[in-house]
Order: sequence, then structure tokens, then C-alpha cells
Amino acid sequence: MLDSKLVIDGLGHFGPYGGRFVPEALIGALEELEAAHSSALLDPIFQAELAELHRTYSGRPSIITEAKRFAEHAGGARIILKREDLNHTGSHKINNVLGQALLTKRMGKSRIIAETGAGQHGVASATAAALMGLECVVYMGEEDTKRQSLNVARMKLLGAKVVPVTSGSRTLKDAINEAMRDWVTNVENTHYLLGTVAGPHPFPTMVRDFHKIIGEEARAQVIELTGKLPDAVLACVGGGSNAIGIFHDFIKDADVRLIGLEAGGDGVETGRHAATITGGTRGVLHGTRSYVLQDENGQTVESHSISAGLDYPGVGPEHAYLHDIGRAEYRAITDAQAMAAFALLCQTEGIIPAIETAHALAGAIQVGNELGPDATLLINLSGRGDKDVQTAANYFGIPL
Amino acid sequence: MSTNTALDQLFVKTRSENRAALIAYIPAGFPSQAGCHKVIETLAKAGVDAIEIGYPYSDPVMDGPTIQAAATQALENGTGATEVFAALKHACDQGVAAVVMTYWNPIEKYGAAKFAQAIADNGGSGVITPDLTIEESDEWRVAVKTSSINPIYVVAPSTKPERLAKVTDQCGGFIYAASLMGVTGARSGISSGAGELVARVRKVSDKPISVGLGVSNREQAKEVAAFADGVIVGSAFIKAIQDAPDEQSALAAVAHLASELAKGVREAR
Repeated sequence: MLDSKLVIDGLGHFGPYGGRFVPEALIGALEELEAAHSSALLDPIFQAELAELHRTYSGRPSIITEAKRFAEHAGGARIILKREDLNHTGSHKINNVLGQALLTKRMGKSRIIAETGAGQHGVASATAAALMGLECVVYMGEEDTKRQSLNVARMKLLGAKVVPVTSGSRTLKDAINEAMRDWVTNVENTHYLLGTVAGPHPFPTMVRDFHKIIGEEARAQVIELTGKLPDAVLACVGGGSNAIGIFHDFIKDADVRLIGLEAGGDGVETGRHAATITGGTRGVLHGTRSYVLQDENGQTVESHSISAGLDYPGVGPEHAYLHDIGRAEYRAITDAQAMAAFALLCQTEGIIPAIETAHALAGAIQVGNELGPDATLLINLSGRGDKDVQTAANYFGIPL
Repeated sequence: MSTNTALDQLFVKTRSENRAALIAYIPAGFPSQAGCHKVIETLAKAGVDAIEIGYPYSDPVMDGPTIQAAATQALENGTGATEVFAALKHACDQGVAAVVMTYWNPIEKYGAAKFAQAIADNGGSGVITPDLTIEESDEWRVAVKTSSINPIYVVAPSTKPERLAKVTDQCGGFIYAASLMGVTGARSGISSGAGELVARVRKVSDKPISVGLGVSNREQAKEVAAFADGVIVGSAFIKAIQDAPDEQSALAAVAHLASELAKGVREAR
């Protein structure tokens, strides 16, 4: 039904979304990156190197786990978890950073910069930089450095420099602004290792290409286990990288529902949320056209979520397009719903998920109850919750 | 471009006088709505030829700390499209050419055609769009043509020759040459890249070229005015206002800097 690449032209558009809204100074670097990515896709040596890293460093392929006790609370539907939480560094993020770090070397650059919210992408970037001998600077909102001090320490242990960002709202969106300012200034020797499927072309397609292995593996694993395709694939959506990663190989399977779960915060109706597709409007942010949380003058509105990794007022342009054409559905999950699902997975399966991921699990409870015991749901368990222990303990009133 | 805006006329005049134009940047709503209007009056009186009204934006990735802080203050002062157009009109009323400089999203949200027409209706000459690439500007191109205003795009030292021709071909009023790879803000010296970039642009276009980024004093203005048609100064004015203890001394500092810069652009050739 659809071109599986979903890029309508050579300029990185997904229907009306995507494209390149950046200072002219960055065009050269984006063209260079696009060329490096395109040639790497066709280069068997590059692909073999990446595959070897997946196998011997990240721990791919990640396994699938059937969550039978959790499923009792999800209408009795079969619940299958794709275990990206078992990857090295604890989430799907490693897939993208290894790919982009290899591209950095391919372009002859020696320095990477990255933005991070909760710290997962920052830790993954610092990890890849250490592995490949690259200088690494991570921009992190000052607020987030305080909330996630453990991850700041992890990045420093890995040899990265962490720069607290004090401008704007001092969170993820401002960390991206600061990373872009660094990039404009140091583009000669620096690659901006963007952590999600947003930003200017080629980032949305390139980051997707590095994550689509999640869906490719999971599709084969589910068929092997159940003998058929799942009825629905679910993933949490902030910028949307883990969701695109697991969705992509199923886009061609028209009968498989693709369901993205956004961060509903206190509830979309309260205005305190990060559900960009559910509660946002079309706009341009951080170099791409997509849905954006914005006011009547086009100023970005601050997002709110218990999950730092989903706390972003934009979303990848491919998701905006999949939404508009009706190929994927997006729902908002409140903080309370996510935390209930978080606790449930801990206590029924012995798996502590990331709070980001808990949004997808809350979606699985909803959809499982809607579809009943005949349905099979595949959920991307995008990250583990070690980093969230303090937040969760505070939330549930467990004294530390 | 078949426009005849105040900006087009300005460069005819300054070329006939064999000098560069002095262009000042001030965000709407900074330091306050009324304060901004007074700064505009002061700039015009002190010899500035054209004024860029900045549309303060929540995510200014092209701007250094000085303009970021000014934008934040302007947003806290409740600045939106209405205030931007009011400041634009006020500048035009002082008899100088005026344009708006804005990131793309406020235009997209307002509606491209409507925004371009509002610029024209308020006497503005054009719009500088630092994050709008020519590939994304189909709608904008139609809008500026319909409203007969100047679309001003930025070129950078990293812009390759073939692309330089394409981008400058789309420009009206002037071509905005970013003097260096980096964000806005005062620098101790003018980058050698500025002269090289202007020379490269001259090879592909005979439109006026204005240089921005890092010009903050008379000496630097003079240096740039030797090879460019316009000298753009932003952060230095904002810093002068930020550093002043009160409005009176802020306006005095703006007047002093503007008159110094006005001398600088006149003593270059």
C-alpha cells in the first residue's frame, strides 16, 4: 500500500512533513551526512562492521519475552515484549549511536556532540565515543542534570564532557538548541549525533534506518513463536525513535495496527502533557516540520511528563505522516496510567521497565482489553528502569 | 526582483554615495514595548539607515547568549506578531527602511501570505529568514511576490559555489552574508571569511550584500564597509542596553554606538 521508504522526494519529506529548516551554515554538513549515510547503506564493509558491533557489543539480536502474568491484566491478549532493555547501556538508543559513530569516522570527523534529556542517549553517545576514540560533549538541560545526576556521573566516567544548559526552559529542547549552536560553530570536525527521528533531513530517515532492525528481528521472532503476524505493535513515542524502529518493518502489513503511546502527563485536557500528535498542531521545530506543542504565535510551549525521555514538545515527521494517512494511531497515556503499568510489569514479570516504556505497557493494557484473548500484541520494551528507580520510589512513596 | 521597497531605494542611494549602509537589529518588545520604540527612534536619529525588527522566538538556534537573553525578555513582555508589526511600523515612521528578522515557525503559524502582506501593510520592506532554506520556501516565494516585499536569505562561509548562486538568486533587497561559522554575538575581530564570502557572492550576484555576525564597533564597521554594501549590528546594541543602569543611559549608549558605527561605514572608502 505504501512505499516502504516513505520518503516522497529527495529532500526528506514525508508528505507535508520533514524537510530542512536550518541555518544555511549547516547545509553543507547535512549534505555530507546524507551522502555518507547513503553510501554506507550500500557498503558491505560498513554493514558488516555494524552487524559485528550489534552481535558482540550490544548483544543483538535482542530476545522476545511472552508476558503471561502481565497479560492477565490486559484482557488475556497475548503480550510479547521485544527486549531492547537488554541491550548494552539499557535501551534501544545504542542501535543509533553505534551507526552514527561509525558514520562520524567515515566522514573523518573526530568529535561528536549530543543532546540528552534523561541521559539515556547521552550515556549511549558517550559509550560509542569511548569505544571508537571520539571526543564527546553532551548538552543537557540544567534541570535534567539535577534530576538525573547518576546519568551525568555515568557520562563523565565514560570520558564525556557534560555541559549543563541554562537557557530557555533548561530541558531537552534547550539542550538541542545548544547542540545546534555548537554544531554551527564547529561543524568542520564535529558530528551532531542526534538521538531521535526528528531534526533536519537526513536525521529522521537515518536514525530510523539504524533502528529498523528492532522491527525486522521482532517480526521474524513473533512469526516463529505464534505462526502469524501480531494484531498490533505498540511503542511509546517522544521523539519517536523506538516506535519507528519497531513499526517500520510492519508498515507494509496493512492488517497490523501500529499504535504509538504519547506522554499524556497530567492529561491532555490540562495542557500539562507531552502528547505532541494528540494535542499539538502543525509547525516547525528543530529543523523539521511536524506536530509541535506551540502557542498562537508559533512559540514552543513547554511539555510535561513524568518521563524525561518523552518530555519533548516535538515528534518525528514520519510519525506525523503515519498519523495523517491513518497508518498509525496515537494515544495519550497519563503519568498515573504509565506508573500503574510500570508497577504491574515489575510485579507480574520481574522486569523493571523505563518509565518511557511504561507508557507503551499502559497502552497494551488498554488495547488488550479492547481486543480480548484472541489478539496478539507486540510491545517494544525500549528501555530498562534502573535509571528511574529514584523517580519511581518517590512516586510510590518508598523511602530511600 | 521587480520590487521597489525602501530597502531597494536605500542601496541605490548608498551606492551613489559610495558607502555602505548601516543596519541595526533590535528585537520587538525589548527592553519593553515602549522602550523598543524609543530605541528605534534613537537609532534612526543617530544615523542608522535601516532597522531589522527581530521576532523573538522560543528556540533561537542561530543566536548567542546576548540575543537569546533579549528574546526571552521580549517574550516575557508578551511580544507576538502584533507587537512585531507595531515596531516595524514605528521604524518606518522614523523614515528608515525596516525589515523583520524571524525564524520560520512564527511565519508558518501566522500564515505565509498573511504575514508577507502584514509586512507590506505596515510599510516594511522585507523579511530575513535565517532558518528557511530555499528548498522549503515555495509558499514563501509566492507570498513575498504577491506582497512585493524583499525575501532576504542568509549565506554562510560554508555555502558551496553552485548553491550560492541558487540562494542569492532568490534574495531581494540584499543578500545576508554571515561573516563566520557560528551564532550571533560580538567578536574581538572580524573573521577573514567575511571578505572571502563577499568576494564569492560578487561573482554570482550584483545584488547588495550586507554582512552580519560579530560586528560591534566603529573599527569593525569600517573594515566591513570597505567591501560590503551593508553592515549589520545586533548584539552590540543589545549589550549596550543590557549593561545600562536605566533607560536614559541605555538610549544614550545606543545613540553613541550608532553614531560611531555611522562614522565607521562612511570612512571606509
